[in-house]
Amino acid sequence: MINYILRRIAYAIPILIGVNIITFVLFFVVNTPDDMARMQLGDKHISEAAITKWKEERGYDKPILWNNNAQAVGKVTETIFFQNSVKLFLFDFGRSDSGRDISYDIGQRMLPSLSITVPGLVFGLLAYITFGLILAFFRGSYIDVSGVILCVAMMSVSGLFYIIGGQFLIGKLLHLVPISGYDTGFNSIKFIVLPVFIGLIGGIGASTRWYRTIFLEEMGKDYVRTAKAKGLSETSVLYKHVLMNGLIPILTGVVVILPSLFMGSLIVESFFAIPGLGSYTIDAISSQDFAIVRSMVFLGSVLYIIGLILTDISYTLVDPRVRLN
Amino acid sequence: MSGVFIGLFLLCSGCEQSEWNNPYPEQDASKRIYYDSFRERPKHLDPVSSYSANEYIFLGQIYEPPLQYHFLKRPYELVPLTATELPKPVYFDSEGQVLPEDVEAEKIDHVKYRISIKSDILFQPHPAFAKAANDEYLYHDLSPDKLENIHALSDFDVVGTREVLAEDYVYQIKRMAHPKIHSPIAGLMGKYIVGLNHLAKELHELDSSEKNYINLNNYDLPGVRVIDKTTFEITLKQKYPQFLYWLSMTFFAPMPWEAEYFYSQDGMEDKNITLDWYPVGTGPFMLAENNPNRRMVLERNPNFRGETYPEEGAEGDRALGLLEDAGKKMPFIDIAIYSLEKESIPSWNKFLQGYYDTSGIASDSFDQAVQFNTGGDAELTPEMQGKGIRLITAVTTSTSYMGFNMADDVIGGDNERARLLRRAISIAVDYEEYISIFANGRGKPSQGPIPPGIFGAVEDKEGINPYVYELKEGRAVRRDIEQAKQLMVQAGYPNGREQATGKPLVLNLDTPAAGPGAKATFDWMRKQFSKLGINLVIRATDYNRFQEKIRKGTAQIYQWGWNADYPDPENFFFLLYGPNGKVEYSGENASNYNNAEFDELFNQMKSMNNSPERLEVINQMVEIVRKDAPWLWGFHPVGFSLHHGWYKNSKPNLMANNTLKYKRVEPMRRAEKRSDWNQPTWWPIALIILIMVAILLPAIISYRRRETESIL
Repeated sequence: MINYILRRIAYAIPILIGVNIITFVLFFVVNTPDDMARMQLGDKHISEAAITKWKEERGYDKPILWNNNAQAVGKVTETIFFQNSVKLFLFDFGRSDSGRDISYDIGQRMLPSLSITVPGLVFGLLAYITFGLILAFFRGSYIDVSGVILCVAMMSVSGLFYIIGGQFLIGKLLHLVPISGYDTGFNSIKFIVLPVFIGLIGGIGASTRWYRTIFLEEMGKDYVRTAKAKGLSETSVLYKHVLMNGLIPILTGVVVILPSLFMGSLIVESFFAIPGLGSYTIDAISSQDFAIVRSMVFLGSVLYIIGLILTDISYTLVDPRVRLN
Repeated sequence: MSGVFIGLFLLCSGCEQSEWNNPYPEQDASKRIYYDSFRERPKHLDPVSSYSANEYIFLGQIYEPPLQYHFLKRPYELVPLTATELPKPVYFDSEGQVLPEDVEAEKIDHVKYRISIKSDILFQPHPAFAKAANDEYLYHDLSPDKLENIHALSDFDVVGTREVLAEDYVYQIKRMAHPKIHSPIAGLMGKYIVGLNHLAKELHELDSSEKNYINLNNYDLPGVRVIDKTTFEITLKQKYPQFLYWLSMTFFAPMPWEAEYFYSQDGMEDKNITLDWYPVGTGPFMLAENNPNRRMVLERNPNFRGETYPEEGAEGDRALGLLEDAGKKMPFIDIAIYSLEKESIPSWNKFLQGYYDTSGIASDSFDQAVQFNTGGDAELTPEMQGKGIRLITAVTTSTSYMGFNMADDVIGGDNERARLLRRAISIAVDYEEYISIFANGRGKPSQGPIPPGIFGAVEDKEGINPYVYELKEGRAVRRDIEQAKQLMVQAGYPNGREQATGKPLVLNLDTPAAGPGAKATFDWMRKQFSKLGINLVIRATDYNRFQEKIRKGTAQIYQWGWNADYPDPENFFFLLYGPNGKVEYSGENASNYNNAEFDELFNQMKSMNNSPERLEVINQMVEIVRKDAPWLWGFHPVGFSLHHGWYKNSKPNLMANNTLKYKRVEPMRRAEKRSDWNQPTWWPIALIILIMVAILLPAIISYRRRETESIL
């Protein structure tokens, strides 16, 4: 297994380089270093000299990918791309274009993101599995049919509608929770409830249908028929056999997204004023802070690759037939 | 799921019914706290590099320049803040002889402003001033090792203070030349303050290692010098009456050398402990929490010397209750909490729940908040009135305009054909309709470049632009479209076709607006031009490309705006001053307008004091630009703001940035209203649970029956 993991890590390096190049190209197609300087320095009374000075200080006065004026290796190394990328692979994110330590800011913002995504995942799994089991259990009944119709309807509604509607209904009309905001420690609970709840409702349609399908597939297998033939009750078959076997694809599906929970949610954090990493990325894009954008894209890629590796490992843990070698 | 929902709430022990949606701690209800929101995080909090309204919300309360705007009086009037009196300019000739006050600007060689500051001003508590028993600074010998357990400014145990001296003001002015700070006004001030450009060059030539901390006290700035402990003098290269307005901005607030030294020590920047993050001021408030990802908190500065509320104001202020606090010591609030709200809907709803004291009005909420009466005046809807909310409107000192690129072959140039074409378009684009449709009526059509309330703006029928409007029944009415068509004929474009070739006239509008939301505006704009038969092509792009087109002069027609730095017509006319042309000089004249007569009058006007003579010159300049029409004058936005009944002394002051100290809140009244408005409603949740049970129950009963029944 260790060999397999090392091989996967080695494969990840060219992927990360590729992601980094694409990020650079896309970012600098839209924003030139001059644009970035103007964004940081402001619109009014800014001179060309000030822009030049700003670029010099941050190394943005160099060519982006290829330096014709440099000699030998310098053609590659004396570029914005190289000088910023090397540090990324050492997880040294450096300073943002506005001068802040990016690693520190990521550390600060990780917890608020996790405070939304982790409960969202846990409560979501509980709810979706429960609903999926109920629908599978009552398959073919009016509950199953109406449940599937409701799920399709809920899948068809935009996530933004749930956010705005949830804030309006639960926060504004019923006055049950603050509409938006965030606090630390125990006080954060009342702020987290609504975004978690809305996230859960927003995902209920697709996930419940998915889990229902998994459970129905399991319920049609021979071992279930055998269990029933043995005289086991429906509930016993459902919880002791169908649920346990149905959890295999669910578990592996969950493991892949575990690392990306750190990255937060772009829209939810923005609407609920949660100071997490999702809003950090959005802010960086809108303020053209390339140092943060490239760091967040890199971090996201790394976490995604870790998620894929963990998924492979989890297969071996839950399914004895799978071997990584 | 609802059970989980309720269960989580039961964890909130101690929560009372009315507090469940309260985003603030219950114990804060009776405190004198001001609650507001902010949308965009501040980029800079260093007073010499900050130049943005969303930063001034905080900086204006922390730093104190020598002057400020009178809170109540209109037109805007400068009064002393930390200065003992308004400094008067003293003019000198090249021989160093004092010249009379009314001397012509050309005879002046240099100007001196001597500024005396009050003697009882202290800096806010700050570790940079902390001293040991032996009088040595406690935190001026730090290293990364010593900073191991320091993560924020509040982690320093000891704080100190000291009296503000004239040298602190001088130090701050020198900081404009600092090579690592990037003061946005360094270039502008370099044109006026003697020696500032030279100092900037001298500092720029230092080695990069020396630039981390530059002891500016060791560098001479001939144009700024300390006279005595509380007096300093600024020397300008020429007469510049607008300089006093700059003295009311935080660029000129005092900065202690100790602070800059403290923050420049090794390891501090790595900990994000910088002057750009932790201000050191003298004002009524200090920044207690700087978390722009969540909230910014200002707390009363315990070292603030105290200042009293103005005892006189503008006409009508007394009747509005704006002088009830006259003579009382400020500030009236202890804490100001600004919460980050990126989206307008949550912010608006929290205002309606009483969790913000003030609010603007987004387009989405406009109809809910405001209605227009039969006289066309804006008033609050009954729902808002029932909540005791007040509406305050004010024409902003800004302008939103459509500019013509005067360097363009078709639409630009100093020739009659293009001039008539521009004037025809000026008539055709109906800004009254635009304001009504797209700004919810929140705008005043412009008659020229100067917004109302600024010296030189002529109101009512005397101030109408005769090239676009005509008087009918005593009021300005936009000229008929037939007159515009006639101008098109004279310009050589009958029915929007070039007379010589018969080709249709196609013009391009460059705009940074994009997306589905802008489509209606684009359609409307095309319709306005089509009245003249002109085919308007919209070239929407992102803001970066738009700026690039403006810089290179490749735009033909563009949309832009300007917000006044200070209440003087010079700050608007300079946008049309030839030597400020964007393409040639990288200035702020985006239209690249160049009229020798206008430029000459501009040079004359900018150095004149407000007087009937100056007004006459301004009128001549307005007439020139109205006739040349380098801009389609657009409109001056009208700001609408809402205030709860418990929020007092809310008079809009569009120039002042330090108005928080005047504000007063009534916390007990606020707490009562919040409690009334925010009682939790549980029955819909209970109903949903009942419905779910009702749906499941028959199925469960059926299942149990099936499980227990026998086959035979």
